[in-house]
Amino acid sequence: MNTPFPLLQVDGLCVDIHAGAQTKHVVRDVGFSVQRGKTLCIVGESGCGKSLTALSILDLLPAAAERRVRQLRFAGEDMTALDACALSRLRGARIAMIFQDPMTSLNPVFTVGTQLTDVLRRHRPVSKGEAWERALYLLQRVGITNAEERLRQYPFELSGGLRQRVMIAMALMCGPELLIADEPTTALDVTVQAELLELLKDIQREFGLGMVFISHDLGLVSKIADELIVMYAGDIVESGPAQAVLNAPRHPYTQMLLRCIPRPGSTQAKSALPSIAGTVPSLDTPIRGCTFADRCPVAESRCREPFAAMATGAHRYLCVKAGAPHTSPLAQETV
Amino acid sequence: MNAAAQKHTLALENVSFAYGQAGLFRRSPPARVLHGVDIRISSGMTVGLVGESGSGKSTIAKLMLGLATPDEGRVLLDGQPLQALSRLERARTVQMVFQDPYSSLNPRATIAEILAAPLRVHGIGDTASRSAEVRRMMDAVGLVPAFAQRYPRELSGGQRQRVAIARALMLQPRIVVCDEPTSALDVSVQSQILNLLLELQRERGLGYLFVSHNLAVVQHIADEIVVLQGGRVVERGAAEAVYFRPGHAYTRQLIGATLLPPDGAFAAGVTA
Repeated sequence: MNTPFPLLQVDGLCVDIHAGAQTKHVVRDVGFSVQRGKTLCIVGESGCGKSLTALSILDLLPAAAERRVRQLRFAGEDMTALDACALSRLRGARIAMIFQDPMTSLNPVFTVGTQLTDVLRRHRPVSKGEAWERALYLLQRVGITNAEERLRQYPFELSGGLRQRVMIAMALMCGPELLIADEPTTALDVTVQAELLELLKDIQREFGLGMVFISHDLGLVSKIADELIVMYAGDIVESGPAQAVLNAPRHPYTQMLLRCIPRPGSTQAKSALPSIAGTVPSLDTPIRGCTFADRCPVAESRCREPFAAMATGAHRYLCVKAGAPHTSPLAQETV
Repeated sequence: MNAAAQKHTLALENVSFAYGQAGLFRRSPPARVLHGVDIRISSGMTVGLVGESGSGKSTIAKLMLGLATPDEGRVLLDGQPLQALSRLERARTVQMVFQDPYSSLNPRATIAEILAAPLRVHGIGDTASRSAEVRRMMDAVGLVPAFAQRYPRELSGGQRQRVAIARALMLQPRIVVCDEPTSALDVSVQSQILNLLLELQRERGLGYLFVSHNLAVVQHIADEIVVLQGGRVVERGAAEAVYFRPGHAYTRQLIGATLLPPDGAFAAGVTA
């Protein structure tokens, strides 16, 4: 599928949160694109703007938050020009979303079957029977045995892993082109997580699905991402082909995130792990220069001045010290 | 405080446990969640307990705290049945750190009140000596004194988990049960909390039961790993041996599901 335009194109996305007279700029000038059949991952610590970025694509931001965007195109179509009606036709049908906590995103008073069939009948002119058949097929497809029985059950009767499978099936009911998943496996056991990731990859291959996958887990991300965005305090601090970013990170923040993870075999067991001192800034007042400078071990005075992003091919990073290719700001410090 | 020099051991010996399910109209057969489990924690060492939801990890934590009594087998503290001790004595020996630092701290109490509560409940010291002890403990876990008058909601997840650890240590326990203490935290904060736990262990000779589903984390912090499946211990051994030479298929499955980023040239230099 070599279409001239990407499935999703985001350019100059900003999210502001208004609290009284104060305005916080919590997502600043974020841009990325998602190709059909490919996965874009957004990583970063809590409070870095990952979820707000995802929600703003579908215009699902909380009331206090305001989106400004230079360009937002889905399959070539300008999403900012759509009215509420057109947008809700898109949501759940051509763009589907999976949230972190399946217990709070399923309705407790309706059966799984009702909730699955409702999605399809809301968007497509199909009979109840046809919708039921599709729900049954998809539950089986996401690896649920005795699907017929599960359709008649309520969410509380299912385990966390089963509920998340139901959420995936629901997201696929209308055959979407883009799937946005916000930490869909965080609450699950590792073995269940591994199964669900395999399942998502299979489904992606089968349907040519584009995916935006949000996670704080760099290990997970390394298994599924084609493209990777690292966010910090509302900025994209590093982005590019996932393997390039993970194998040769250029921004000190990405480098430190990777170093925090204990790796059996290369980290000395019971030794002190590297960590990032301090916390994510509150963004009450705009920060001049690099937002990470306060926590960065190699920051210097020029980091406090405004600067432009650097790039090596498609690999971009927001750090003045990562200038020349094949130098790593942190490596210079520790060698 | 010469207790620090003394070695203590908390042991589950051949423990089985079943939850009786009292229904509204009938009593369903008890659900047996542990089958002949042996676990032994001594001062200064860490046992990593891994397994999936429903494998019986939380029940083991309950038994070790004396919050449940085994149907079969014994829970022994230094050779004495744990149940023979009073509730207060147990609390001075075994403490717990919970997974979720957002729900395990009283939202209406200040950090100083939360930390002084164990001492107050046990009638230890007066107001002045208690607040001195609170300051000492806050310093030990890396919380600045200004936090004493703050409420949990004003703290980040990592700071809250430090409060939870400080609270667990207020009574100078010998054994601490940590139930997934870092799984709700970002990796950057996880490493800080793991460092803190290791440091406190070295200083105070604490024994840890570290419950987690992340085998990479467990391998880092534990001396011994116990793998639990369906209430049975399916594998146990030195942490390194279990991680690098797993004998049981289930252990291999858990290790295979532990996702780590690529171990490139960059990461290899970490320990240098």
